[in-house]
Amino acid sequence: MDSHTETAALREQFETPGQQKEISTLGMWIFLVTEIMFFGGLFLAYAIYRREFAGAFAVASNTLDVVVGAVNTAVLLCSSFTMVLAVRAAQIGSRKALIWFLILTILLGGVFLGVKAYEWNLKFEEHHVPGPSFHLEGTAEQGPAQLFFSLYFTMTGLHALHMVVGEGLMLFLLWQAYAGKYSPSYYTPVDVGGLYWHFVDIIWIFLFPLLYLIARHQH
Amino acid sequence: MQEHADSIKTYTLVFLSLLLLTAATTMVSTIDLGPFNVVVALLIAVVKMMLVALFFMHLRYSTILTKVVVGGGMLWLGILLVLSLTDFVTRGWLPVPGK
Repeated sequence: MDSHTETAALREQFETPGQQKEISTLGMWIFLVTEIMFFGGLFLAYAIYRREFAGAFAVASNTLDVVVGAVNTAVLLCSSFTMVLAVRAAQIGSRKALIWFLILTILLGGVFLGVKAYEWNLKFEEHHVPGPSFHLEGTAEQGPAQLFFSLYFTMTGLHALHMVVGEGLMLFLLWQAYAGKYSPSYYTPVDVGGLYWHFVDIIWIFLFPLLYLIARHQH
Repeated sequence: MQEHADSIKTYTLVFLSLLLLTAATTMVSTIDLGPFNVVVALLIAVVKMMLVALFFMHLRYSTILTKVVVGGGMLWLGILLVLSLTDFVTRGWLPVPGK
């Protein structure tokens, strides 16, 4: 192909639009793999300390509201569903459906973050935030219990931060979709944005049982 | 370059399975299975992850290169978790003088 006209779907350094899309997708996956390692370190820390302080972790975990956690998991799964429908809408060139599914995804993401804020606020009121005023009923091991909540706040906090970034990405996609930038021949940003959104969902899929459900049977 | 788009029906089924698995993991956690509570919880989480990755993230239709990258990432995660835990789990097994 000699001297092709440059478009969003075909930058001059690529041979074909297909190649460009493949590279973009691969780039996002490589970024997500670095994210796996990044969260992996936290999951490892969690595994080590939970093994060491199973009793304190069980008591601390049981103070979290499992119904709220489960509902929030469902909300996030719904947002993944609307996201995949947004990608599909872009694929088949339905601008209107794409816009609506992006709006729904943003709203569901907002609901998730709102519920998270409510839960965190509760933790502050109950003195379950690690620090001088920390106190947890039902265990003599206040240190290890604080370790659980340190991990809780770090992991859900980092996850929430990723959600905030995701909301920003979705707003950008919405703006571009509204401007009519996407078509069945070029919708790579929607596709790649979707990959990120689903990845953040997967992190929560692991956080929910590990933080909320570890000791329910001892309740 | 139009690639595969799954039908809305497929996506809906995957979505409903994910909700069902969330309900299942929540309910199973109230039953005392001894050490298997963690195993079941993680197993369900892994199934959910596979559903999201294969269907929602279109990993089924991805190029071999992408699959190798993802597999490589999981392999390194495995090394991180397994090698570190073999250390922590076995530390108390032998008496170490001066410990």
